[in-house]
Amino acid sequence: MTQKILIAEDSPTMRSLIVSTISAMGDYEIIEAANGFEALRILPREKVDLIITDINMPDINGLELVSFIRNNENYRQTPLFIISTEGSERDREKGLALGANAYLVKPFAPDRLQALIREYLS
Amino acid sequence: MSERRSSQALKEFISETEEILGGLNLDVVRLADSLETGESDPDLINGIFRGAHSIKGLAGMFGFDDLAQLAHSMENLLDGLRLGRVPFSQQLVDTLFAAIDGLVRLVNGKSDDEQFTFDLTPILEQIGSAAAAAAETAADPLTRLGIDAAILNVLTEYEEHRLLENVRKGRRIYLVKVDFDLSCFDQELAELTDHLKARGEVISTLPSVGDSGDRISFQILFGSECETSEVRTLAGRDDLQLTLCGDVRPEPVSAGPVALAQEPPAVGEAGTASPEPLAEEAGGTVRSISRTVRVDIDKLDLLMNIVGELVLSKGAIANIADQLRSNGVAELGAELSKATRGLERRLDELQKGVMDVRMVPVGQLFEKMTRIVRRVSNEQGKKVALDIRGAETELDKLIIEDVSDPLMHIIRNAIDHGLETPEERLAVGKSEKGSIRLWASQKGNHVVIEVHDDGRGIDPAAVRRKAVARGLVRPDQELSLDEIYDLLFMPGFSTRDEVSDLSGRGVGMDVVKNNIAELSGMIEIKSDVGGGTSMIITLPITLAIIKALIVRIREKTYAIPINSVLETLMLDSAMIRTIECREVIELRETTIPLLRLNSVFGLQRTAADAATAPQDERLFVAIVGLADKRIGFVVDELLGQQDVVIKSLGKTLSFVKGIAGAAELGNQQTILVLDVAGLIGEALRSESSLHV
Repeated sequence: MTQKILIAEDSPTMRSLIVSTISAMGDYEIIEAANGFEALRILPREKVDLIITDINMPDINGLELVSFIRNNENYRQTPLFIISTEGSERDREKGLALGANAYLVKPFAPDRLQALIREYLS
Repeated sequence: MSERRSSQALKEFISETEEILGGLNLDVVRLADSLETGESDPDLINGIFRGAHSIKGLAGMFGFDDLAQLAHSMENLLDGLRLGRVPFSQQLVDTLFAAIDGLVRLVNGKSDDEQFTFDLTPILEQIGSAAAAAAETAADPLTRLGIDAAILNVLTEYEEHRLLENVRKGRRIYLVKVDFDLSCFDQELAELTDHLKARGEVISTLPSVGDSGDRISFQILFGSECETSEVRTLAGRDDLQLTLCGDVRPEPVSAGPVALAQEPPAVGEAGTASPEPLAEEAGGTVRSISRTVRVDIDKLDLLMNIVGELVLSKGAIANIADQLRSNGVAELGAELSKATRGLERRLDELQKGVMDVRMVPVGQLFEKMTRIVRRVSNEQGKKVALDIRGAETELDKLIIEDVSDPLMHIIRNAIDHGLETPEERLAVGKSEKGSIRLWASQKGNHVVIEVHDDGRGIDPAAVRRKAVARGLVRPDQELSLDEIYDLLFMPGFSTRDEVSDLSGRGVGMDVVKNNIAELSGMIEIKSDVGGGTSMIITLPITLAIIKALIVRIREKTYAIPINSVLETLMLDSAMIRTIECREVIELRETTIPLLRLNSVFGLQRTAADAATAPQDERLFVAIVGLADKRIGFVVDELLGQQDVVIKSLGKTLSFVKGIAGAAELGNQQTILVLDVAGLIGEALRSESSLHV
């Protein structure tokens, strides 16, 4: 069955860059959320295999999304990456402490993201 | 010549840095004044922070690492102060003065001799110890709030800062717990936060799983002056739990992140710290010396729209004047025409003025790129020298913002895939250090940004093989070099089995191209195997208001942005030749392909048209060009020039090919604006598809 990847990112450019990076790898179903709320709505409906989130989003921030996901039985084990702008060391530490599996800084290296996806979705 | 230019740039750098330093000094004096009350003005601290930050950026662009390093450590210290990690103390103020002295000394030295430097270790150590000592003594004001760690852990650094700000302002911090039905939580939550925002600040919204699967709860951190009962009324619902976090209210001096810490002055430059007797009554004279204002771009857009509407109104008045003159009210009509011309001149000035405000130097964008180059090159273990030129070239702020993501990825690709590793470079006889050129220049109404790397270049044969393997082209298809490079911009060019070599360039390049096309820009590749690759982005200077050539195609009217029109011609259809099934004309020894817009837009010749215009009619051609591409648009009539304000067609119509947006003409008529870059691309593509 095709594996599903949820991307929560408010910048359309960044979203499409992530999508194109993943599509280049092959057959994944990609679900896009333009903000945190959309992601919250999608999560209970779809069984996603991997989540990629931005930190700075207009409604809830990515750390809040990570916390929500890691405190929820249904998604506790779902691999989760944060992709954020060249941010503070503290945001990175917090993200990883909350249980994100990886933290990438924009502009992310496409092959690094692809390698991570392969690692977590094999 | 380049030496002269660089000395001019250095002069500008020195004068700008001096201006910032002058402002910084005054600001720190004002900050020192507020030591007595222990209450520092956050705007003042932010101002000093931004000053240090600007100096860092400028110094980085000029390669003055010493200056950048000092400004950077000063910025760090201020950031700590801003975020409440470093207490506001005499020691801190002394350190800031010492840092400014160091900066002044460096800048003055460099104005005589670029190589000037001196040992910064003592100052850097002083700054370091101020930051570190302070960090130990400063009690974390957030812990006193008694907010659950689960919530503190999800605050971004910025949200933490907002929380501290609210504490500093003496606001109460509330934790509001509420839960909603999953199906409509966003509207209900938005409604609630809107109510709350009327009397305070919503700092953070943490979602958590609700009692049952179809519920979701939120914990909202809310800072407000209001009493608990007022917040309850404000929220307008009774199903929420409200907790007041810690009591952070009246503790005027010792509480708060920027409280005065009584510490002995630091050794060293303490002498400079004695604040000038700038008493409160004299405060007016040391108010901000900054002559710049930060303006929301939306406000400028609004102004630009109004100017656009005014230009349209002026057009309408001019029409009325003409009608008056032709209807026998000649004298009044002439008066009105004259007045209209006066109005036109002033409107022109107004328009130029507003445009000017929107323009910012691309240096702002390039400064961000320097950080990216540094980070990516470290990450890849590659040595990179960045050469920036034309940082003063100006571009519309909105375009600068929108081009920053694509540019970031192009630069990343250049380092990732363009440049070789130091070992590989040495092996092929290149210098160990790769070079990335980031050059901007203005060409007429366009700005050209070139990213060049001196890396391995793109091997056309490899690209071709790959495209054939992906089924993007047929094995026997003839492709020009440009067409081969265009393949890199095709979605799905890159694949997973070869991510590490040149194919990486394909990842996201289709997105980059689309983003640039949305700005009516164009991207081209020039590459030399073994010698390096250039990505050349051509962008219009502004998108807001443009002069357009209004043309008629069958019964429809269209606008062509005049900045891409090189010339217009009237020619006999006999002058058109056909080469390889393509219509072309010869113009001054160049062959220019023609594009018949009526067939592009599927416009049929009407019976009336056919009657008045026989087959051997005269044709009108607008030669348009972008970068070095030229093409002739064949139209039925040239109607004249006009200023138009382009409005986007919106997402639903964004798929329409060849149209950049809509514009309103003076007579309430809405016309479509042609997407020149898109049409040129389309025409050249269809040309290549004919090479069978």
